[in-house]
Amino acid sequence: MTLPEGWEMVVGLEVHTELKTATKMFCGCPNEFGAEANTHICPVCLGLPGSLPVLNVRAVDLAMAIGFALHSTIGFSTFHRKNYFYPDMPKDYQISQYDLPINKGGFLDLPDGSRVSIERAHLEEDTGKSTHLGASGRIRGADRSLVDYNRSGVPLVEIVSGPDIRSSAQARAYASELRGILIAAGASDGRMEEGSMRIDANVSVRHPDEPFGTRCEIKNLNSLRSLVRAIDYEALRQSELLDAGGTIRQETRHWDENLEATSTMRTKEEAEDYRYFREPDLVDLIPDAAWRERVALSLGAMPAQRRASLLARLGELPAAQRDALGVVIDLGFDHFVVAALDADVDGGLALARAANELASDVEHVENLSTEAYVVTLTMEQNGELSATQAKTVLLELLTNGGDPRAVALAKGFEQLSSDSLEATLDGLIAQYSDEWSRYRGGDEKLAQFFIGQVMKVTRGQANGKAVIAQLQSRR
Amino acid sequence: MSSPLRRDDVAKVAKLARLTLSDAELDMFTEQLGHVLEHAEDIEALDLADVIPTAHPFGLVNVVRGDIVRPCLARDEVLAMAPDAEDGRFAVPRIMGEAR
Repeated sequence: MTLPEGWEMVVGLEVHTELKTATKMFCGCPNEFGAEANTHICPVCLGLPGSLPVLNVRAVDLAMAIGFALHSTIGFSTFHRKNYFYPDMPKDYQISQYDLPINKGGFLDLPDGSRVSIERAHLEEDTGKSTHLGASGRIRGADRSLVDYNRSGVPLVEIVSGPDIRSSAQARAYASELRGILIAAGASDGRMEEGSMRIDANVSVRHPDEPFGTRCEIKNLNSLRSLVRAIDYEALRQSELLDAGGTIRQETRHWDENLEATSTMRTKEEAEDYRYFREPDLVDLIPDAAWRERVALSLGAMPAQRRASLLARLGELPAAQRDALGVVIDLGFDHFVVAALDADVDGGLALARAANELASDVEHVENLSTEAYVVTLTMEQNGELSATQAKTVLLELLTNGGDPRAVALAKGFEQLSSDSLEATLDGLIAQYSDEWSRYRGGDEKLAQFFIGQVMKVTRGQANGKAVIAQLQSRR
Repeated sequence: MSSPLRRDDVAKVAKLARLTLSDAELDMFTEQLGHVLEHAEDIEALDLADVIPTAHPFGLVNVVRGDIVRPCLARDEVLAMAPDAEDGRFAVPRIMGEAR
């Protein structure tokens, strides 16, 4: 998307990520997505009088891990109450961090070489989840709302970037790289569709080198696709409005996925006064050197490092394989690819099967050993399995585990022996002697014809590469 | 020093806290809260350059618990105490604002 002549967008992102802890931030209720409503609740996360919060050490560990990954300064921090009335927050305040967040400053380098500064990454608790009943299904048309407090008190880290992003593509790259970092740090599962990562975007436009314009905040973008489209829409709206002589009002806006438009949610005048004050029920958090070191040592390699080391082995990649590499890094499937490369499997094949078949069943990937992955791909590369068969074997291994050769046998994927392939070709050449002469005479299109016939006769059991090799050797 | 507390300030704070105050109560709280602020001004007037700020009456820091699951409340018992419930959830009057 391009903005009207002379305009540049300025974007900063606030990314909220739920932390992958066993329990909530301030109580021992399970932190688990998808449980039956209101089964993970206790006096603390219901905000009952007299209950007291106690900080989850694992939430602090993970917040610090994010800080290390983002090159933040980790230090003295405190908790504040953010006061507002809303049914999804039963205490009538949210415990958050205000002027002294656990992670201050930092930066994130993107694969394209650009750097986005990080202002802060602070701890806070999530709210409950409300469902609005009513004719339209939208909030404004609802007659009443139903609240589930299972999510109330789930630990979050909010990562606030500087206003350094200049395009929706860069915003996407930032969110995607950050997601990879959160997964690599063990802080999040990165599942945007389950709401474990949500993004607010601050968008303004200006003429390059002029001061920043008035910004609007777009709330609750829950996919990378929405992020890109909402930013593009909003920057275009602002620049067209300014070109037409209008002015931008500082406000909070809502992205409507169906209308593909943002609309006003509340203006600056309506902005709430949260009356932040120190949370008297929690003491200061001062991670000492030993604590910081323990967390730092627990951190594995970050996506940028892993990408670089895989690229060093793979060499220059065509565009499609670069995308596959991105998926492999995101999902942490490096070890499959590395093991395949060690066994002389082609790099493109090693990436593709991980980025497609393995990625299609992430939940069961522990059923698949790197050895089984390597064996399957080697069988495919040697022509013992066709591409389709290899994919089927991998999917079966993901579902039920097992040995690739046994699975291939059970599926009836016995390789078509070269003898029977030759016999099949003999028959076809006799049957289609005209076509065969034209092929021998240089009509390349007929290679496809013969491959098709072989596949038909063998019901797809033949290996395409082996057929081509046979055709060429007989020419 | 800073200006004394105005009646409008008290009205605004009351509104934010969802408190309905009568005119007489507004006058009373403006005066009472004003005294609290005057006391803060008295302290501000002192030379406290060498005093470390007190964030908490106890000298404790880093109070944390292990990430261990503990029993939750029984849903039916909790919902029975709520003014209204439906489908395993707390039912509340319709929400006018937006979700956060």
